[in-house]
Amino acid sequence: MKKLSNFFFGLVLLFKFTSLQAYSSNPKDFITELVNEAIGKLSSTSLSKEEKALFIEEIASNNVDIEALGLYTLGELRKSSEKKDIENYQQAFKKYFLKSLTSRLSDYSSSKFEVIEAEQKSSNYTIIRSKIYPDDGNPEIKIDWRVYTKNPEKPLIRDLIVEGLSLARTQKEEFASILSSNNNDINILISKLQEFVNN
Amino acid sequence: MYSKKFISVLFLSLILSLPIKSAKATEECFEGLSRAVFSFNMAFDDIILEPIAKGYNKLPKPLKHGTSNFTSNVATLLSIPNNLLQGNIKQLGHSTGSFIINTSVGILGFFNPAEKIGLKPHKEDVGQTLGNYGVGSGCYFVLPILGPTTVRDSVGLIADSFVDPFAHVTLREKELFNISGNELDFYSIKGIGAVDFRSDNITNFDSLEKNSIDLYSSLKSVYLQDRERKIKNSDSDQDDWDLDN
Repeated sequence: MKKLSNFFFGLVLLFKFTSLQAYSSNPKDFITELVNEAIGKLSSTSLSKEEKALFIEEIASNNVDIEALGLYTLGELRKSSEKKDIENYQQAFKKYFLKSLTSRLSDYSSSKFEVIEAEQKSSNYTIIRSKIYPDDGNPEIKIDWRVYTKNPEKPLIRDLIVEGLSLARTQKEEFASILSSNNNDINILISKLQEFVNN
Repeated sequence: MYSKKFISVLFLSLILSLPIKSAKATEECFEGLSRAVFSFNMAFDDIILEPIAKGYNKLPKPLKHGTSNFTSNVATLLSIPNNLLQGNIKQLGHSTGSFIINTSVGILGFFNPAEKIGLKPHKEDVGQTLGNYGVGSGCYFVLPILGPTTVRDSVGLIADSFVDPFAHVTLREKELFNISGNELDFYSIKGIGAVDFRSDNITNFDSLEKNSIDLYSSLKSVYLQDRERKIKNSDSDQDDWDLDN
């Protein structure tokens, strides 16, 4: 259960990405370059918290497939909802996602990062297996990155699986519970996301 | 007497496995009650567990690591019979070797020399063993103080006390290799283990609490995924993300 802590640590790591440089299109190099640069920059003392937050938003917007993540976390409802509702949901989800991750960033220290291997699951997905070695002496953390490679020139991160716990699946199941308690009304979910963003 | 109770528990779990095998892992047994218990647990955490865990975190690092190693070493005792029941010979070697080396060379488990020679036992319990046998998780609910569980895992929790040598000498006050204990020993070690776990997750729980729209559901998902991973002994995510259909 100690490893549970790593789950949340990994969530933060996803957003330790800074600068808008173009990363390699090779999934393994993409993750290596992106995370190493991010760790270096975000552990730097020369950037203010606000500047770091801005970087996170920019990098997440460019390297994470937020739209697909939004659809995935919506579950089966994405098939039956009105197009307009889906658009409203996606807008709210993006804001929620960025705010939630920016908030999670602040308390974490720097770490050493190592990519172990890449496993191509299909033409659309490659899983990058990596390990994080926290500077505070805590045990290493296994993190798998689900990289979407449908466009080989522009890989995008879709999920992190930290010690076997999928961040996207956790989000999806949280939303499923909210929907199930509210008669599968997508507008209630949207209003809860907006409420979170506005608080 | 002992074996009769053990057989009863196993029999009960087998009976329960029939209806739960087809149940979905995410189904709730009685969500309203579970949410009420969850609120109680959160209050218990706020008032008692978290303050103790914060104090525990202020202990000198060697003492904290030693305590953590000690409770982990005791927990390894439960893994040994479960590895045997699962027929996992490799892990049986890891757990048995780790316990023997850490208890002796590691001075009652306060140090972890076994890890340095490559012994890394997975924690196994009866819930995982039942899962390994193909018993489904059954519905989900929350226990007071103990937290999230499922029908299978709660049956496993009871059965744990029958197969765990540590519970045998403490809870049941039986003698094993001239070692004996009492209930207080059992609950003290389990309590310290809970504080140790909580202390490692102060920041993470705060963050999850702050960033979840529905904390109950987030923790439920984390619990179910964690159990699934431990039963499969695999970190692979099998979800195919089929967004095109």
